[in-house]
Amino acid sequence: MSYIEIRNIFKIFGPDPQTALQMAKAGADKDEILAKTGHTVGLHDVSLSIERGETFVVMGLSGSGKSTLIRHLNRLIDPTSGEVLFDGTDILAMSISELNAFRRKRLGMVFQRFGLLPHRNVINNVAYGLEIQGQDRKTREDAARNWIERVGLGGYEDKFPDQLSGGMQQRVGLARALATDPEVLLMDEAFSALDPLIRNDMQDELVKLQGELHKTIVFITHDLDEALKLGDRIAILKDGKLIQTGRPEEIIMHPADNYVRAFTRDVNRSRVLRARTLMQPISDDDNINASWPRIADDMRLEDILPVALATNGSMSVIDGQEKLIGILSKEQVIAALVA
Amino acid sequence: MFPEKLNVPLGKWVNRFVDWLVVNYGDGFEAFADSLLTVLVWLEHILRGTPWWIMVIAIAVIGFHASRSWKIAAGLAIAMIAIGTLGLWDKAMQTLALMIVATSLSVIIGVPVGIAMALSNRLRAVMLPILDTMQTMPSFVYLIPALMLFGLGKVPAILATVIYAAPPVIRLTDLGIRLVDREVLEASRSFGASRRQILWKVQLPLALPNIMAGINQTTMMSISMVVIASMIGARGLGERVLMGIQRLDVGAGMEAGIAIVLLAVVFDRIGQAYGKRSQRSPLAEDKS
Ligand SMILES: Nc1ncnc2c1ncn2[C@@H]1O[C@H](COP(=O)(O)OP(=O)(O)O)[C@@H](O)[C@H]1O
Ligand SMILES: [Mg+2]
Repeated sequence: MSYIEIRNIFKIFGPDPQTALQMAKAGADKDEILAKTGHTVGLHDVSLSIERGETFVVMGLSGSGKSTLIRHLNRLIDPTSGEVLFDGTDILAMSISELNAFRRKRLGMVFQRFGLLPHRNVINNVAYGLEIQGQDRKTREDAARNWIERVGLGGYEDKFPDQLSGGMQQRVGLARALATDPEVLLMDEAFSALDPLIRNDMQDELVKLQGELHKTIVFITHDLDEALKLGDRIAILKDGKLIQTGRPEEIIMHPADNYVRAFTRDVNRSRVLRARTLMQPISDDDNINASWPRIADDMRLEDILPVALATNGSMSVIDGQEKLIGILSKEQVIAALVA
Repeated sequence: MFPEKLNVPLGKWVNRFVDWLVVNYGDGFEAFADSLLTVLVWLEHILRGTPWWIMVIAIAVIGFHASRSWKIAAGLAIAMIAIGTLGLWDKAMQTLALMIVATSLSVIIGVPVGIAMALSNRLRAVMLPILDTMQTMPSFVYLIPALMLFGLGKVPAILATVIYAAPPVIRLTDLGIRLVDREVLEASRSFGASRRQILWKVQLPLALPNIMAGINQTTMMSISMVVIASMIGARGLGERVLMGIQRLDVGAGMEAGIAIVLLAVVFDRIGQAYGKRSQRSPLAEDKS
């Protein structure tokens, strides 16, 4: 069993969800149910598994149910039907106090509009989760200082949220979520409200932190570039339904339908595609020329290109153990770029 | 003509209910009235016993503490001295005592009721028409049962003032809590905060500016009740206004009226300054 499992979740918003639920189970879609019953389908039969330590990105247009989905993982929203299992435990069966204990110890969440407490300074915002846990002042302030330093906000401990820029506020949000040392980080469009340059910095910061921390991250975004940069795997939602789940290259190379294709059309493929995906696998190394340049299997197309242009022949692709696993020709590289 | 058969004898029922209250719970009301009176008499004693210049300095210090402005502090001191020069110092202290007790009682009752309303839509649906009634019903109507239960004097005056003045603090407490940003609440819940923790650490601190505004309005309304309160036996500035009306002594009435306005201005300034400060922790201004 996976670390987090979501099974057949339906979420219907409205006063009497049961009728609409039956319709949804019988196959009616979001628009039809809204027209006939006035109820909004938030999620429609969504099942997902998320592995420990991975960064799992959920993507989709506005209103596709991303926020609704991520709020099922800490039960800020209860499903109309379906199951949510966390490390084998059914979180829907938890009592309120069990649920609070679960949220305190194991989860941290970062919000699109930051969700900081405006009446508290940075250090007391970051210490909030530890305060809720009942830690004493010294412990929580020490931990908070450490995290403020780590997200690059040292010196701002006594500032209030409205004295900080958006990017800095979200660093506070990130530090606050990390301060309780949770297993899982839930991030709902955490960087969407930021300027492109700042957003890029924050993405880099997250990648760096994740390299050190190895949390399980569930990251919501409507931006495919962000999804591709951060995600080990990506799930795509449309009108509450899960359309496709896969590794970034799979999504780019084999979009499941036109909705996904529309997302992928403008993406910079050279940043996503890697040697592993493009190469021609080989079983024996007979026709390898020893003078060909050797490239790593996780090298991105944009980094392969200069190598390809500098060589006359092909390139040999090697894996992490320096073992030859495939060949890649100049023509294949160019074909991948223009496809 | 509306058919008489259809008349509902509401008036009779209310009378019977009040009689029943007097007969069965008279002792309870008396005990309550006594304790309220004790507090009021004690406070009045202190305020009237304190030398006037100490009171003026105290008001100025409170004004400065609230606003951090010497100008406001000085203005408040001058307003208080002006009340003295009108020859109404002692009456003003009586009114002040009444106002402080009525406002405190309004806040002690109003804030919890406002919190409960914010947390329960059902209670809110019940309370809103009651609050409207409290504010629009002519005060004489509920003065009559108050008089029957407590007799003439300061206690019914306080209760009438509370009924009239409590709605703003109730409404604004409710509003302040409801206006707290949804995402901030969600963030708080996502960290596993209990309802109690959310109330104390998030909702109340963020609603504080609104609650303070409510307290300020409640204070103003309780000052404006002093004239009516004086009609049922509360002493103070209202008594003078009433006397002015009865004797057609425009000058005396005007003097007392000005003193009431000055008192209101003093408390309005103090209340507003505290309200402004509660919008963010004072730390912020010190450090930035
Ligand atoms: N509390 C709610 N009440 C009614 N409808 C809601 C509620 N929350 C979300 N929805 C609806 O559910 C759908 C999915 O919303 P959401 O999960 O917020 O989408 P996203 O985060 O992808 O933009 C939308 O149609 C939205 O209008
Ligand atoms: Mg959303």
